[in-house]
Amino acid sequence: MSIKERLSGNEAIATAMKQINPDVVAAFPITPSTEIPQYFSTFVSNGSVTTEFVAVESEHSAMSASIGAQAAGGRAMTATSANGLSLMWEMVYIASSLRLPMVMTVANRAVSGPLNIHNDHSDSMGCRDSGWIQLYSETNQEAYDNMLMAHRIGEHKDVQLPVMICMDGFITSHAIENIMLEEDSFVKEFVGEYHPENYLLNAENPIAVGPLDLQAYLFEHKRQQAEAMANAKQVILDVSKEFEAATGRKYELFEKYMLDDAEVAIVVINSTAGTAKAVVNELREKGIKAGLLKIRVYRPFPAEEIAKALANVKAVAILDKTDGLNAAGGPVFTDVTSALYANNISVKAINYIYGIGGRDVRTDDIEKVYNELIKIKDTGVVENVYNYLGVRD
Amino acid sequence: MAYNLKENLKKKNRLTNGHRMCAGCGAPVVVNAVLRALKEEDHAVISSATGCLEVSTFIYPYTAWEDSFVHTAFENSAATLSGVEAAYKAMKKTGKLPADKNTKFIAFGGDGGTYDIGLQSLSGAMERGHDMVYVCYDNGAYMNTGIQRSSATPKYADTTTSPAGKVIPGKQQSRKDLALIMANHHLPYVAQTAITQNFKDIHEKAEKAIYTEGACFLNVLTPCPTGWVYDTSELLQISKLAVDTCYWPLYEIDHGKLTITYKPANKLPVEEFLKKQKRFKHLFKPGNEWMIEDIQREVDERWEELLKLEEMSK
Repeated sequence: MSIKERLSGNEAIATAMKQINPDVVAAFPITPSTEIPQYFSTFVSNGSVTTEFVAVESEHSAMSASIGAQAAGGRAMTATSANGLSLMWEMVYIASSLRLPMVMTVANRAVSGPLNIHNDHSDSMGCRDSGWIQLYSETNQEAYDNMLMAHRIGEHKDVQLPVMICMDGFITSHAIENIMLEEDSFVKEFVGEYHPENYLLNAENPIAVGPLDLQAYLFEHKRQQAEAMANAKQVILDVSKEFEAATGRKYELFEKYMLDDAEVAIVVINSTAGTAKAVVNELREKGIKAGLLKIRVYRPFPAEEIAKALANVKAVAILDKTDGLNAAGGPVFTDVTSALYANNISVKAINYIYGIGGRDVRTDDIEKVYNELIKIKDTGVVENVYNYLGVRD
Repeated sequence: MAYNLKENLKKKNRLTNGHRMCAGCGAPVVVNAVLRALKEEDHAVISSATGCLEVSTFIYPYTAWEDSFVHTAFENSAATLSGVEAAYKAMKKTGKLPADKNTKFIAFGGDGGTYDIGLQSLSGAMERGHDMVYVCYDNGAYMNTGIQRSSATPKYADTTTSPAGKVIPGKQQSRKDLALIMANHHLPYVAQTAITQNFKDIHEKAEKAIYTEGACFLNVLTPCPTGWVYDTSELLQISKLAVDTCYWPLYEIDHGKLTITYKPANKLPVEEFLKKQKRFKHLFKPGNEWMIEDIQREVDERWEELLKLEEMSK
């Protein structure tokens, strides 16, 4: 039986971690993810988990210790945001290349500089190609549910990759919402035990991890990593199906909201999807065929599936909560438009950079985007591909 | 049982032959001397910072390590191993690992990975008190990248980033004193040692460090034939001269008590150590005697300081 609760995103994540009871949690405080290790160390102090909590002196060491713990044969978890993730950078790539299926929560926040503690996606988008699976969460519920599925996905024998669970800093991490929690016993059974094939602490079969890997082998190892990421797509779908059967909560690679017959659509990630859905509802009431595609699984990138889902719209706006700073568009925009092109689907597509550094995004902002899309649909003319929403000129 | 080199050498090397370290390099000798202090029945997880030791002993698909080994990056040998040790504690507690089998945790790093880029990671892991030993094999420069100066490089040494030039004669700064920095973390056991005296000093200190509960630290002078430029057959002689000149004093701090474990009956002038090495060649040119004098002054001061510290902890 699910249990009805009211929790913030950070509380929901910490609760999932308690239910999973990993071997090691190594973390360093950074706003807005700080509460996660705080709540978790309370669980440790009160004996409600058997986890070793390692209060490291930096995020670089948080990721290093997590790598050590996971390579040792244990389950390791951590959480961070923004500059914390930046400081981990070197180790983030090493975690995935060593094929260590740890799980990290990222409460998304703007990466400095200048310093800003509020939400955008520049942190996790920056490491979108670091070989981690990235699952994004619109709500506390989704953050919690993604967490319960993360180990099953990452630890699958065809995958063996680390998993990053992303949610919007403050908006999701701190706002208290209704949530359905699952029983401890269900989580324990659903997540299962971790039995790696090879691990450092197996005295019967010592192993060496992290070699110098030169021209003769590195290419093959990277190819295997790429294949694992490709394999993850089906595993995510399978695990999500199983999760749906048990909880009734449906998850796929992305969510289609009023998309099937839509003429104009927005592609968006995380909490802004909720704001945009409200606008879709209003527009639908006015008879406008508006729809939305919310990406849940950003890595592996469901290129073909997204392209097909957008095939019948007349105009699409891809929203990026981080700027590409590349004179061409944000990362989600370039990924989605590449997917359209590679799948021979021609749709008028524009990009909006929005919400940088926690700039509030309201329904009337989103409405402006749909109005622009309607104009494009009617005239067939795209005036600007690369646009900004809610910025002073 | 009293220390016996002959008996000790009968143990199988846990860092096997066939690695690619230079002839005359101190590092594999240091590593095996430390690992010989492990009880044969104990398993070990060894971590290494990126550096000569790592890139020469674990080139895919070969490893020279008999025990479990992990390398992740340059600055985090301590942090990585602290995670392994934490997992060990958790998995022992929950019965995921056999109760009757012990695993010991030993991290290695050169002076670059320890004194400099890895100092924060080292300090953090030691302060947290993980049951592990950190061994710095101090060869006094970034040798793996081609002999750049580190904060362990001795004053006036010629390195590729402190070259002995016409205006600036080598490194201008003094060496950081890492063993005392670690001692001020109030760890249960800290020692400075070298491969000398039939390996008795390093063996006994490694044994104490490995089998003392908590975070322990060893700093081991590790001559480098490529960076110091000496005859490869003179590895042990160079080590001995470092110790006999008091350039590299042998001491330990066991639960706060500092003991100098070797006091040379005849303290040699530091130039006996310097003159064997090409990195100090410019010191022996006429007119440059002042540099040798300056080094001697520093060696004497540090030795006196150590004697005082020993006296104070009596």
